[in-house]
Parts: sequence; C-alpha cells; structure tokens
Amino acid sequence: MKKNLTAWLCLLPAIIFLGVFMVYPLVDVLIYSFEEGYNFASQTSFGTGTYNYSYVLHDPYFIQALKNTFIIVIITVPLSTGIALLISLLLSNIKALRDFFQTVYFLPYVTNTLAVGLVFMILFKKTAYSDGLVSLLIQFFGGPSVDFIDGPYWAKMFVMCFYTIWIVMPFKILILTSALASVNPMYYKAALVDATPKWRIFFKITLPMISPMVFYLVITGFIGAFKAYSDEVALFGTDLNAAGMNTIVGYVYDMLYGNSGGYPSYASAAALILFAIVFTITTINLMVSKKTVYYQ
Amino acid sequence: MKIVLEHLTKKFPGISKKDKSEVIAVNDFNFEIPDGKLIGLLGPSGCGKSTALNLICGLEKPTNGRIIFGDLDVTGLPPENRGVGLVFQNYALYPHLTVYDNIKFPLENLRGKDKLTKEQMDAKIQEVAKLVQIENLLERRPSEMSGGQQQRVAIARALVKRPQVLLLDEPLSNLDARLRLQTREELKRIQQETGITTVFVTHDQEEAMSISDTIVVMKDGVLQQMGEPQSIYDEPINLFVASFLGTPQINVFDGYIKDGGVYIGEAKVLDAKGQPDGDVSVAIRPEGFVLDSNGPLECEFVTREVMGRDTSFVAKHDKFRGEKLRAIIPSEEIYDGKDGKVRFSLKPSKVHIFDGKTDERIKL
Amino acid sequence: MNELENKKIEEKARTSEKVRKAVMYSLLTVWAILVLFPFYWMILSSIKSYGSYNSEYIPKFFTLSPTLENYVTAFTAVPLARYFFNTLIFTVVTTALMMIVVILSAFAFARLDFKGKDIVFSLFLSLMMIPNELVIITNYVTITNLNMRNTFMGLILPSVTSVFYIYLLKENFEQIPENLYKAAKVDGTSDFRYLWKVMIPISKPTLVTITILKVIECWNSYVWPRLITDDQNYFLVSNGIQEIRENGFGRENVPAMMAAVVVISVPLVVLFLVFRHKIMEGVARGGTKG
Repeated sequence: MKKNLTAWLCLLPAIIFLGVFMVYPLVDVLIYSFEEGYNFASQTSFGTGTYNYSYVLHDPYFIQALKNTFIIVIITVPLSTGIALLISLLLSNIKALRDFFQTVYFLPYVTNTLAVGLVFMILFKKTAYSDGLVSLLIQFFGGPSVDFIDGPYWAKMFVMCFYTIWIVMPFKILILTSALASVNPMYYKAALVDATPKWRIFFKITLPMISPMVFYLVITGFIGAFKAYSDEVALFGTDLNAAGMNTIVGYVYDMLYGNSGGYPSYASAAALILFAIVFTITTINLMVSKKTVYYQ
Repeated sequence: MKIVLEHLTKKFPGISKKDKSEVIAVNDFNFEIPDGKLIGLLGPSGCGKSTALNLICGLEKPTNGRIIFGDLDVTGLPPENRGVGLVFQNYALYPHLTVYDNIKFPLENLRGKDKLTKEQMDAKIQEVAKLVQIENLLERRPSEMSGGQQQRVAIARALVKRPQVLLLDEPLSNLDARLRLQTREELKRIQQETGITTVFVTHDQEEAMSISDTIVVMKDGVLQQMGEPQSIYDEPINLFVASFLGTPQINVFDGYIKDGGVYIGEAKVLDAKGQPDGDVSVAIRPEGFVLDSNGPLECEFVTREVMGRDTSFVAKHDKFRGEKLRAIIPSEEIYDGKDGKVRFSLKPSKVHIFDGKTDERIKL
Repeated sequence: MNELENKKIEEKARTSEKVRKAVMYSLLTVWAILVLFPFYWMILSSIKSYGSYNSEYIPKFFTLSPTLENYVTAFTAVPLARYFFNTLIFTVVTTALMMIVVILSAFAFARLDFKGKDIVFSLFLSLMMIPNELVIITNYVTITNLNMRNTFMGLILPSVTSVFYIYLLKENFEQIPENLYKAAKVDGTSDFRYLWKVMIPISKPTLVTITILKVIECWNSYVWPRLITDDQNYFLVSNGIQEIRENGFGRENVPAMMAAVVVISVPLVVLFLVFRHKIMEGVARGGTKG
C-alpha cells in the first residue's frame, strides 16, 4: 500500500501537467472544432456542426497556406535528406578535418532560428541602399535583380526552402553519420576484396543497412516540414498572410491570436485538419517503409 | 599459385597519446607458400597474424617488402585486382540479402569480358553451393542459419569467383567445439577438392596442427618457425614454439647442464655430452614421462585424472615453472602412491633443452 | 596480367584516390561555407558603422574600421538585456522543473511497482504522438482564463512535462541492475535516497543529454511565448528579435539588428563549442530513440 502511494506521488506532477496541458486540450480542441459561432468573450456558441471545417476549407488564406506547406514539404524533405546523405558519406570517408567539419555543420542546430533568419533576410532582401548580397551575386553572373523577401512568389519560396534546408541539415547529418559509423567495416572490406564498384557498395550495402535511419529521417522530416512556421516568421515577418507565405500552423495561430485572431473554433478545425494530413502521410510512410526498409 | 613474401614489414603509428612510437605488427617476413597448399598462420592474439593476412589480400599496404603471387609483384595492387577470396571471422554476410544473393554478389561485380549472364551465374552458384553443401539453404537469410551454415556460405561466397588464393581469418573461432571439429574437416576437404592455395589464421594450435600442410608460428610480429605440423611439434626451434604447441602444455623446469649431463635440481635426467655448462630450461612433453620407481625425477604426487585410454598425473616439483605439472601415462601402468611421491624417467625424444638466456633450442 | 599491367593498375588506383579526395574535400568545404557564411555576415555587419553599412551598395566582405557602437545601440535602444534575462530565467526554471517532474515519473515507472502501472505508461506513451499544435489552442485559452498572460508561470507551466524524456530516462533507469535496488533495500535505504545516491549519478549522461536538449529548446522557443506575452517586459529573445525586426531601431538599422542577433546567438554557440561532443552525442541519442 505504502509503495503504491509513493509511486502515485512521484507520478502526480506529471499526471497533473499532462492532464491540464495535454489530455484536456485534446478533448477540448475537438469540441471547439464542432462548436459553431463560438464567441471568445462570452464563451458561448450557437450549436454544433461541421461549419468550422467547411469555413476553413473554403478560406483562400487556408488554401494558400495548404499550398505553401505542401510545396515546402515536397521540396525540402527529399532535398535535405539527399544532401545530408551525401555529406555524411563524404564525412565518413575522410579522416583529416572530420571533427572540424562535423562541428561546423552542427552549428545551425544550436542557433536561434528567428535570429539567424534575420541574417538570411538581410542577405536576400532588396532595400533602398542595396539589392542584397544574393541578388548582387546573381546580377554579377548576368541574371536579373530579384527581391527574395518582398518579390515574386517563386523567389520567396526559394529562400523559404533554402532556409528550411539550412536549418534541418545539422540533425540529419548527425543522425546519418552515426548510422554510417554503425555499419560494421568488415562488410566494406568484404566488398572491396570482391572488387565491388563504389556505387554498388553504396546502393547494395550501405543504403540497405542504414535504411531504417533514412526512413526515420524522412518520416520525422515530413512531420517537421508540415509544421513549418517560425522559419517563415523569421524571414517574412509575423503577417504571413500579407506576404502570401503562410503555412497551416501559421494559419492556426493567426486564427487564434493577433489582428486576425479570436477564432479558436476555426483554429481548432485547421489544427485537426493538419493532424489528419500528418497522420495520413505518416501512415503511408510507415507502410512504404515496411516494404522497402531492411530491419535487422 | 605460389605466394612469396619478401622482407614484408608493417608498422602502425602508436595510438596512445603518451607513447607515439610505432608498433611493428609484422616484422621482416620471408617465406614462400607453395602452390595448392593449406597454410596455417598460428600465434597468440595480437601477434600480427591478422595483419599479415590483410597484407596478403591487400586491405593493408606494407611499410616495406614485397608480395609476389606466382611471378607477379602485387605489393601495390588494390585488393580488388588481386583475385583473392577472403572469409571473415564473423563471416561478413550481408544480412539483408539471401544466401543466393550473397554468393551472387561478387559475380555481379565482374565487368567487361568477364561479365556473366544470369544462367552462368546460376550455374556457378549451384556448383559452389554443392561443394560446401548448402544447396537447400539458398533462399534463407543469414540470420535464419546456424553459425556453421553461415560459415559455409561465407566460404562459398569467397570461392564462387574462383580466387587464386583463399584467405581465412579465424574461420572457426565463432563455432562451438563440435561444429569446429566438423567444419575443420570440411575445410580440408574443400581445399583439397579445389586445390586453391589457402592461408588461414588461427590462435588455436590444435586447429592449425590438424588441417594445415604447413604451419607458420608467429610471436610479436616475428616469424618463429615454419614447417610441417609434426616436425614443429617434434623439433621446436625455441621455448615459445614448444610451449605454444601441444595440449596439455609442455612442462618446463629450471635446469642446468653440468659435466655433460642435464640436471633438474639434484637429479640428472639426460646425457648432454659435449655441451658447455650453464642454465637451461628443460621442457618435457606430457607424454614424455614414464612411471619408474627408480626414475631420476622425483615429484610430489597431487592427483590423478582418469581419462580412459590414458591417465593424467598431476604433480608438483619445486623446480617446475608454474603451479603443477601434468604427465600423460597409459592407464594400464600401475602406481601405488604410498609415500605421496611419484618418480618418473624420461623419453629423451620428448624432452627439449633450451638455452637459459636466449630460449633457443640446444640440440643434444 | 603481367608486371606492366599491374603497375598501370597501381598508378590508376593512386591517381583516382587523389582525385576522389580532392572532390570530397571541395564538396565538404562548399557546405561548410554555406553554413558559416551567415554567421560571418552577421558578425561583420554588426561591427560596421550605421553610415558605412548603408553607403555600401555592394557590401564589402570585410571592414577596416570595426566599431562596437551597434552593440551599445542594441542594449540601449531596445530592452535587449531584459529579453536576455527573461530567457535565462525561463530556461533555467523550465529545465529545472522539468527535470524534477521527469526524474520522479521515470523513477516510478522504472523501479516502483504499483497497480495500473502498465496502463498509465501506455497512456503516457500514446500522448507522445500528439502534436503540440493541437493542444496549444486550448492551452492559450486556459492560460488566458487563469489570468496568467504576461507572467512567468504562464510561460513555463505548459512545458515542464515531456513524455519523450520520461520515456528516455525510464529506459535508462531500467538498465541499472535491479540487484542494486534490492541490495539498497536490504541495507534499509529509502527509495528516494536510492534515487538520489545511485540512480541519478549512474544516469548522469542521459540527464545531461535531456538538460542540453531542453535548454536549446527553451532558448529558441518562439510560438508559445508569442501567444502568451504581449508585454515587452516578458519577451524572450526570439520574440524580442521579432519585435526588433518589426519595430525596433527603425527598420533600416541593420548593423544594430545584427549586433542583437550576435548577442542572442552567442550563449548557445559558446555552450556548443565547449560541450560539442556531449551535445552532438546527446542529440544523436535523443533523436534516434524517438
């Protein structure tokens, strides 16, 4: 009996915090999303139904956010995983300076994304004083002058994806280098003695052996990219709708708070739609990985 | 194909931070492996035998010296151009591939005029699978097989591209005792059927003795002795080789030579006509003892272990190097053990005398 | 095969190795430059004077007259020190509270026996799948209703529990042989003394990992503080930098902005450079077990 009590006492803080800040909100968000015409001030609603969902799905801002999010996901996840794989392979093949490179590559992980985002903005932005370093570089090679921050959509999307990749790279490189290091070197020796070409060693031995980690990165990469938000704020400011660069998560927050805020019902509906998308994509990912990934 | 090693030396830079001095893993190796023979590289762990193997297959580049396959100098050649097959201690089977695909792997690497069709590959795989008797396992994954089966697959994979030289690194050390006996006979059979020059590395002297045509004994990177198993056992060149070969271990006593006789303590055990006086080690094989109530060597009797055909006598002697000595005596010999003493005379062919300072053998 | 052909193969192998090395190092260097350049640019811009920065249509890659005036501006024109201090308090208190909550729960799950343990643990685990975005809406409403907007309590409380870290630590605690626990019981050691004297010291690497990950998370947190604070006195650095970007210094004082960015980035970068092996190992471990 006394033992039971100690255990529950130990768990008490966690249970309280999780109950108040996770379990209750989870139920609550569902309720919110079905309450029509909820008024934040009086905390009353007209009734229940699926109007909130239909409103969100017909909101052009949400459609834009959905589109932006999907573009970010589709571009950054494969690209960042691929580049990270290449860099990790190179890293595991060198001895000199390896520690140096690894340290440098990890730096973005420990920096404040909003702070460094500001630096990216400066590098890409066109101002009255300067066209921005990147634009000047493009002009130097004979290209047109582009404002990546307030300019055309594709230019903004380019910076967005570039910055996102820059931010997620350290984690992926780190995970992949340690995955590569865990492959027993004797397999490489065996392959070497058998005159296996380098590309074949990679596709037939290395890749299958680290495939669980690659898929882990793809899955977490998808989830992370679908939740993109603060990187966007860092580059384009808090009014993402005006910049046309909003994301689903940004839409949720905008509905909740700020100038356009005060609609927790719409925010909840949008959050649940996001959750449904992420859940579906993750399930598909897992099904694909079962078929293709080799697990020991 | 015969293999010649000339002044082969491999030095590694020191790893420890304090001591940067080089480690010499292989020190000035010179020997010739005749075509079609099975050679055992034998030595305690850390003696450089695996390095020697890696040098032969090209995974390591020698610091000095040359490696010659047939008439060709292959010293600087990368492993893939040497035509060697290598079997690893842990087999190194690709865990995500079936046995069939594992064996096929080296064949698929062949390019240009050596490129094989699917049918040719299949024929080769079936042939080698039959040789090592794994025809019915081809669809399995390595994790679904026993250690012995994995070992066979590893050998099949090494053999399938018909290497000129087959190298095996501690091939049996991961198997249990029974499988080890079985597999080592298999190895011998496969080697004889294919006639491929084979080098294998082991720390197990019994294993080396039982299947090698020739044994190379190593210690601290230095070649100690090379020869047929029996001749090394009978004529060890130094104390290390004598102690390393044979189970139970050879019994070593502190002794000395005086006036043309070999003495252990007060007892004169052998004649040593014409030998200068001095301290020596007297090493007696367990089977070199003969129960003899008038024998010169008197020991304190400890116990007797009956092993069926033979009896093992455990005894003490204050000149013995170590705790207890062990003598193997045919079981029919009678011992009463009344006074707690046991007396032996010695078979001269089973006793080796080594110089007290250099540990080199003194031939009587 | 003959001797001559062998020599050719050797030669080819050696040159291709050299080419390979050169290509590898150049690719790695390119990425290193891409990573380092923003940092270089931020430091460089922060030591250019306001006038010289704005007069460079084509920005210079170096400056011959470095100045610290921007740092002075950063600390005087906006309450940067305040943001800094807030973040420090937020980080330390959140991390400390979380460690207590996490250690106690992990201990209960790993070493104590009680009715319903398995059910509670699987409930905990299932919470791991819930994305933060889903619960943040209600939490925002809850904190607002509790009148805890613009307080440290409001900032801190929702993030003092982490199911993932409880899980990570529980796994680690369970690797400590149970015999130690039994021996301690025989000696009459209390549960909490055992936790404090045996389990925590043994699990130090994992605890350090969790602390580091949490500190990084706290230092960079942006979304929740933004929802919960609109009073500058409670801004964390991320919100502060956003505020500076949109309203501070007048929009065009880039050098002062960069000075603020440098100040904000320095603590974690220094922490990282000092403990880099530990941090990288920790992130790899924390990452792969999820």
